Parts: sequence; structure tokens; C-alpha cells
Amino acid sequence: MNLKDIIERLDLKVYSGNTDREVSGGYASDLLSDVIANAKPDNLWITLQTHMNIVAVANLKELSGIILINNREPEETTLSKAKEEDITILSTGMQCFELVGKLYEMGIHGNGE
Amino acid sequence: MLKEYKADFHIHSCLSPCGDIQMTPKAIAEQAKANGLNAICICDHNSSENTAAAIEACKQNGIELLFGMEVNSKEEVHTLALFDDIHSLNELQKTVYDNLNGENDDETFGYQMVINEDDEIADINPRLLIGATELTVETIVDRIHELGGIALASHVDRERFSLIGQLGFIPPDLKLDGVEISPNYIRKSMRYDFPMAPGFTQVTFSDAHFLHDIGKTFTIFLVEKITVSEIKKALENKDGRSVIAYS
Ligand SMILES: [Zn+2]
Ligand SMILES: [Zn+2]
Repeated sequence: MNLKDIIERLDLKVYSGNTDREVSGGYASDLLSDVIANAKPDNLWITLQTHMNIVAVANLKELSGIILINNREPEETTLSKAKEEDITILSTGMQCFELVGKLYEMGIHGNGE
Repeated sequence: MLKEYKADFHIHSCLSPCGDIQMTPKAIAEQAKANGLNAICICDHNSSENTAAAIEACKQNGIELLFGMEVNSKEEVHTLALFDDIHSLNELQKTVYDNLNGENDDETFGYQMVINEDDEIADINPRLLIGATELTVETIVDRIHELGGIALASHVDRERFSLIGQLGFIPPDLKLDGVEISPNYIRKSMRYDFPMAPGFTQVTFSDAHFLHDIGKTFTIFLVEKITVSEIKKALENKDGRSVIAYS
């Protein structure tokens, strides 16, 4: 599925980056070490972490985007780095469980299947 | 004259919800002496309210004392703050309390006992000390430095509540004075160097929550005396000061 469609259907706020990207699946975690170990390329990453390191992790793992939950906003340093490196940062008022449920219903699954 | 000081700068008192109730400042100082330590620092979660009582207790036992706290950041990264004096620590305390929300649940997390100089319970701290502050780890490190302290990343080898576990790697612009590796890392990996923190001086402390763990793990500093400036020099390996061993 294209990230654009997801943004539209879930009414996500776009902070930075290209939104015309294919999404291979999803990964939800707030431990960046865990994301480095387990996320797959083009995964959409769901987290509450807003630190600048999320940009580097998304870059390293070639993720399709980051969705910040619970109305969290990226730090200023995070946002400027994301713009610089064209990393897609999105946000939603939904909590993690709710968001993951909606994504799953839309056909965005984890890496286990 | 330079001297070797056996130091354990990461000890929780009964003010930390997870700290054993026997961990009063007096008991900690006595145990530190019994275990052959020369210097300690009580670093409770987001709080420093048991430090005042430690001053006299350490004096009585001939133990050098630094003034500290283990601050939890917005990202749930633990950082150790070490100071020379209680005034600077109190300033950090204000910043932390201004950015810490929630109330403790004694039954779930444990009692947070403030101890007075007579080794009695003076108060129960009602704040959610185990919680995350709204401060980023960068803000915390900068504030510690502004107040003249030392900032060490706590137990960097651990998955939870550590800089590397929470944030994947050490943020390149973070001005840490060193990193702490946990006792378990040395025991399990049988090695003393932690490969994910190149360029940072490593130390290790007990992170004791129970009396019998105090000083089990320690770092030996070769310094003139136990002060922030001397420990900083040791961490930078300057003027003959150094971190000579840890175990
Ligand atoms: Zn800790
Ligand atoms: Zn600790």
C-alpha cells in the first residue's frame, strides 16, 4: 500500500518527508535498539520516541516512515534532521494499540507473516 | 598527592521506590565502610532528598561523598549526575520536579522514604519518582554541566532505561563525561570493554538497591581528592589522574 493512502485514510499529520512511498509492513516499538534489530525495509514504524536518533534509525533501516502516537511532536532538532535527510515523520492523536489495529485492518501487517 | 579511591557512585537509598527499606543513608555509609569503599554517591531516581542525611553518616564512617541523582529522561534514558555540593544538586532537583508528573502508588512501586539525620523516616515522597521526566537527555546533560556536575550514561549495556537500549546508539552531539557499564555485563560477557561506546571512558558501579550489593562493583580512581574536578580529570585521563581499574 502507498503511504499517501494511509495518511489520507487515517488523517495523519505530515511533519516532513516524501509521502509517495510503498509500505511493506509495520513495526511498533519504543526501543530504538530493538527497531535496529528487527524492523524491515519499507516498514512503517510506530513509536512515541521523538528524539533525533529516530531519523538515523529510519535512515539506516530504510523505513517508509515514522508515525508518532498520542499527539507527540518531534523535537526541533529531530524535525530539521528529518527534513535534511528526507525522512517521513507523521503523527496521530491515536494511541499505539488503536493505530496498529486500524493499520492491520487496512492490510498493513507485521514482519512475522 | 595522588591516591587510589575505591568508589561506588551509583547507590539507591530507600527513597527510590525499588530501593530496599533498609537502605537508609546511615546503613549505606556503614556498609560502604565495611566493604572497604572510600567514596560513594547516593543516586536515587529523580530525587536527592536523602542526600542531606548522608553527609553526617559518611563523615562518621570516613567515607567521601559526592552529591547525586539518577535522572530519567523523556526517552526513558537514565543519566547519573554527580556534584560537589548539595546546592547544585538542589538546583537540578528543582528542574527535575518541574518536569516530572504523576503520583506514586506505594503498593505497586514501593514506598519512597525520606530519612532525616537521626536515621528516622521524616516523610514519604508522594511523587512518581520512577516516572520519566519531560526533559530530553540532551537537556539533562546540559543542565548537569551548567550546574558544574558530571554526567554519566547509566548502565549503557542494558536494554531498558539505557541510552543505547532506548535510543539505539549514543547521540553524536551528547556531551557525556563517561559511560557506566553494569555489573552484569562484565559477569556475562567476561569482558571489561563495551564496544558500542567507543571514545568514552567507562566506569562501573553497583547500582545497589540492597545493602549487600553496595561496593560489589566499584571503580578505582587515581585522584588527589574526591571532587568533581578531580573525577573529571580522571575521566579525561589528564594531569596524571585516571580511572585505574574497575571490577
Ligand atoms: Zn538506572
Ligand atoms: Zn540506578
